[in-house]
Order: sequence, then C-alpha cells, then structure tokens
Amino acid sequence: MSVLRGIGKIPGQIASWLGERFELEDSVLAVLRHPVPRELERPVGWWYVFGSATLAVFVVQVATGVGLAMTYVPAPNSAYDSLQFISHDATLGAVVRGIHYFGAGAMVVLVLIHMTQVYLFGAFKFPREANWLSGSLLLLAVLAMAFTGQLLRWDQDAFWSIVVAAEQAAQAPLIGDWLAHLVVAGANVGGATLTRFYATHVFLIPAATFGLIGIHLYLVVKRGISEPPVAGVGVDRRTYRRRYEEILGRGIPFWPDAAWRDAAISAVVVVIVVVLAALIGAPALGRPPDPTLVIADPRPDWYFLGYFALLALIPPATEAIVIIGLPLLAFVFLFLVPIFWPDGERHWSRRPVAIAAVALPFIAYASLTVAGLQSPWVPLLEGANLPTSVTAGLEPQAARGAQLFTAKSCWACHQIDGSGGRKGPDLSHVAARLTRERLVARIAGGGGGMPAFAGSLAPQELDDLTTFLFTRK
Amino acid sequence: MSPLDRRTFLSRITVALSVFIAGLVGVPILGNLLAPLFRAPPDGFVEVAKVADFALGVTKLVSIRDQSPLAWAGQTADTALWVRRREDAGPQMFQVFNVNCTHLGCPVNWQASAKIFLCPCHGGVYYADGTVAGGPPPRPLFEREWQVSGDRLLVRQQPLPTVKQG
Repeated sequence: MSVLRGIGKIPGQIASWLGERFELEDSVLAVLRHPVPRELERPVGWWYVFGSATLAVFVVQVATGVGLAMTYVPAPNSAYDSLQFISHDATLGAVVRGIHYFGAGAMVVLVLIHMTQVYLFGAFKFPREANWLSGSLLLLAVLAMAFTGQLLRWDQDAFWSIVVAAEQAAQAPLIGDWLAHLVVAGANVGGATLTRFYATHVFLIPAATFGLIGIHLYLVVKRGISEPPVAGVGVDRRTYRRRYEEILGRGIPFWPDAAWRDAAISAVVVVIVVVLAALIGAPALGRPPDPTLVIADPRPDWYFLGYFALLALIPPATEAIVIIGLPLLAFVFLFLVPIFWPDGERHWSRRPVAIAAVALPFIAYASLTVAGLQSPWVPLLEGANLPTSVTAGLEPQAARGAQLFTAKSCWACHQIDGSGGRKGPDLSHVAARLTRERLVARIAGGGGGMPAFAGSLAPQELDDLTTFLFTRK
Repeated sequence: MSPLDRRTFLSRITVALSVFIAGLVGVPILGNLLAPLFRAPPDGFVEVAKVADFALGVTKLVSIRDQSPLAWAGQTADTALWVRRREDAGPQMFQVFNVNCTHLGCPVNWQASAKIFLCPCHGGVYYADGTVAGGPPPRPLFEREWQVSGDRLLVRQQPLPTVKQG
C-alpha cells in the first residue's frame, strides 16, 4: 500500500518541481490570480465572459486551421479537389472544416457582442482607451480572416468574389488600381492569386492577431477589469485610479472566482460550434472555379450579406463613396470613441446616444441582411418556367406569348403567380394596371430600369406577348 | 554639444544595428511582395478562333489563355470574352467584350433570345452592342481591341478592367 501511495504522490511532486523551477508562483499564477472587482461574483459577471469566449474560439480556429492546412493544397489547379477530399473522403475532414466554418461565424458574433458590452458599460473610458484601440484592431483582423477564408473555398463563387473585391478596391481614390493589382497579385486573377490569399490567411493576419491578443491581454491585466458601471458614478481622471485601487483592495482573484464563468460560456459556445459542424456542416462547394463559365452568383457568407445588399441598393453614383468611405468611416469612428469620450458617465441608462449608436447600426445591418438573403435585385438566369396554373387553358396566341415570356428572359426579372425574378414589378395582375398601349410601349421602349425589347421582339411576337400579359387581370 | 556617454552610444549602436538587420532582410521581402505591381501589364494580341467560327449576328462566348501562365495556374489562366459578329468584313466586323460587368466585375450572361446581357450579381443589363439597358452599371461593357490576321480573329490581352479605365 505504501508503494501505491508513493506513486500517487508523483504528479504532485512533478507539479511542485515545475512550479519551483519556473517560478510560476510569482509569474503565471500571480497573473491568473490578479484581483478583479468583487461585483463580478454577482450575475452581472456573466456580461464579462465574451472576450474569453472569443479567445477560446480563436484557439479552436487555430487548431482546426492547422488541421485543414495539413490537407488543403493552395494551388489554383488543386485547391478545389483538395477541399472536396477534405469534405467527403478525409476521416472527420467534414467535421473539422465545419468547426472552422461555424467557428468563423462565432468569432464575428462574439467579437461584436464583446465590443457592444464594453461600449455600453463604458469600459473603454480612462484608463482603458488602449484596450479599446487594440480590440478595434482585433475586430479588423477577425473580419479580414473571415473574408480571406471564404475565398480559400476556391469554387466558382470564391473566384468571382475575388474579382469583385478587386473591382471594389479599384474604386479607392488615387491608389485604386494599385490596390486592385495587389489584391489579385498581378494584372488578372491567376496562378499567383490564391497563394497570396492563403499566406495572408494562415500567416500574416494570424501573426498580427497573436501580437494584438498579447497586447490586449497585457492591457486587460495591467489596467484591470472594469467595475460594473453605477448610474451617476462617472469616470473622473483625477480620482479614478485611486478609487479603482480601493475596489481591487476588496476584490476577488480572477482565478478561479471569475474564470469559471468564462470557462462555462466558452464550453457552451464550442459545444454549439461542434454540434452545428457535425449536424449541418460547412457549406457545400459550388462549381469548380472556371473563368470561362459565366454562370456565377458570388455572395458572401451571412455576416457580410448586409454589406453585399447595401451595394445593390444604393444609387450607383454614390458607390465609390460608400464602398470605400463607409467602412473607413465606421473604423475611424471606432478609433475615436475613447479619444472623444474618455471620461464621464459610464452607465448605459444615462447614455441614450450610446444606445442609439449601437441599436441603429444593428437594426440597419439586420434589415440589410434580410434584404441580402432575399436579393430581389438578382435576375434568375436558370430554370425559366411558368406554372401550369398560369399556362393552362390559354388561347393559342396567348400560349405563344407565355412561351415568349420565358424565352425572352421576361421571367428572369418578373414574377407571375410566384414564379420568376423579383427585380422588376410583379406582372400577375398587370392588365389591371396598364392599358394595352402602355404595355406595348413599355416592352418595346423600356425605361425605369427595364431594357427596350423593340430590337429583339418581332411585331408578331410583341403582339403575342402582350396578348398573354393581357390575360393577367 | 555634450559628449556622448558610453551607454547612450551603445544604445544607439544597438538600435541602429537592429534597424539595419530589419532593412537588410525587409528590402528583398518587400520587393518580392510588391513585384506584381511593377510588372508590365500583359499586352500583344492572342488568337481566339477562326473568323469562320463566328456566324453573322451571333454573340458567342470564347476563352483565351494567358500566354505564359504559372504551371499551377489551372483554369485561372483562362479568360472568357463575348464575341459579337456584326458584319461580314471591315472595321465593324466584330465587337469583343470583356465578360466583366462594369459595375463590380461579375460575369455577364448573354440571353441569345432576348438579345441582352444580364449580370447575376446586382441585375445590370446591357444591349447586344454593350450599352447599358438597366441596373447599376455606370458605363457600357468594356471592349477589347481585335484584329483579323488571315482567317483568324486575334484580341489584345489586358489587365482586369476596372471602373477607372476607358
């Protein structure tokens, strides 16, 4: 028995040897046990977990990213096949890719929740301005990772997304063409493009992210976790540090008194990510990338859909300003937040403008995302067909018109009884709105976004088409 | 001027050496990274197909291949173009369009029956001659220079067309 007891003591002895040799007690352990405000023991402590949860998912992204890089071939002639292999043949490859995909979405969501909490709690104010600035740079890094990652899917949509990205970059004043060339690493999307995006996604941005996380965590420990705001108790730069020292004087150690909540939420988030990966999986790849195949519908993953929708909905003349100016303005605003409002009231209930500054962009972006999901401005290029409920029982001339409706691409932009594109007006009851003369004039002459079809419809065809549309009362 | 003390001197030497190391390694790295910006854009004419392959009044999708692609470029060395045969001969014989929508670069799709180009991204529409028929495009489709050599149609190579050009 004494032998067994002796063996049982070995792990403890190893731990104490390591602790002594590395002097963990006054370095790592001291940092882990840094005091945090006692209020974090209360339910309000649940608001303080999102930074850690983001970090946890970041670690998941690094691990799954390394796993994917073991198989993914970042060459234009092989990337698609290697991803198909990962998704269908590699053992657990689909799950790893799924975790990386849902992890990316979780990163975007968690970073935004974390920033919203910090902003509404006024935690960015003195003396934590640099925490906010390093965090804003981390938000940039997360968005850049999300964007470059989508392109590595290297299917038809990814290929055209790069073209669109280059065209957007080209709209920047002065350096536009220079930027566009840098994006595609040459004059055109080609052999050099994918490796650049790959190296940017797996080396450049992650290296910057590791550095920024180091700075961010250093500042979190050095400046201390902010105390939950109390309405009416603002930040006064002359007295804050002394007051905060008193708060920490009766504080609790971060490890384990506060850390357990971070671990709990991180576990919940990672479980959600893994379950989604196992049940739903990463999005299926589209057609292989082929510049000579002109059927493509490049659209970004859901968190960028709002921006995609914005570009479709704004007047074309304002595009150069919106494409470059709006994101630039948003980030300049983020950086200016702690510089313009470094002290004063912290509690959200006394900062109505701050609540509006959060709520309005969120509502606007959510509506844009819904618009992006529906994309009514997209003409339908494939599958033109009218339901038999529309075509049944038509007179011969109207039946010919119904065929022209699909053959001449009317269907691509106009709906009848729920079938067809939604770019133009719904024509289910067009005869009730327009006279026959107006209808003919509109089809032949176009106008208001509608092309003129006089050149592509013979007089008899135009007559057939209007006869069909005139059955739609 | 106060004389440099030993520690100030050593500090400056250390910083200067560090900057020197970064510069020595950084210049070739940056030069390599930025090289695509200074490379001459593709130029010169490449063959598309026989003139006889294009019927009068028809708009047809063709592809040309980069003249010196990277070995691993795969299909990205290809570029698609829309070729429209307008006349039997003469300077108005062809119109050659880049497939890129002038709005944001998505590939436009020729609807032969309706005689329009449709863009799948934001619904840009062009007529057969490339002029804008509707939607957000700010200008007509980008055209390529072409020439006929013997019985062959050639087109000029060019970088990705962007809104600033033309």
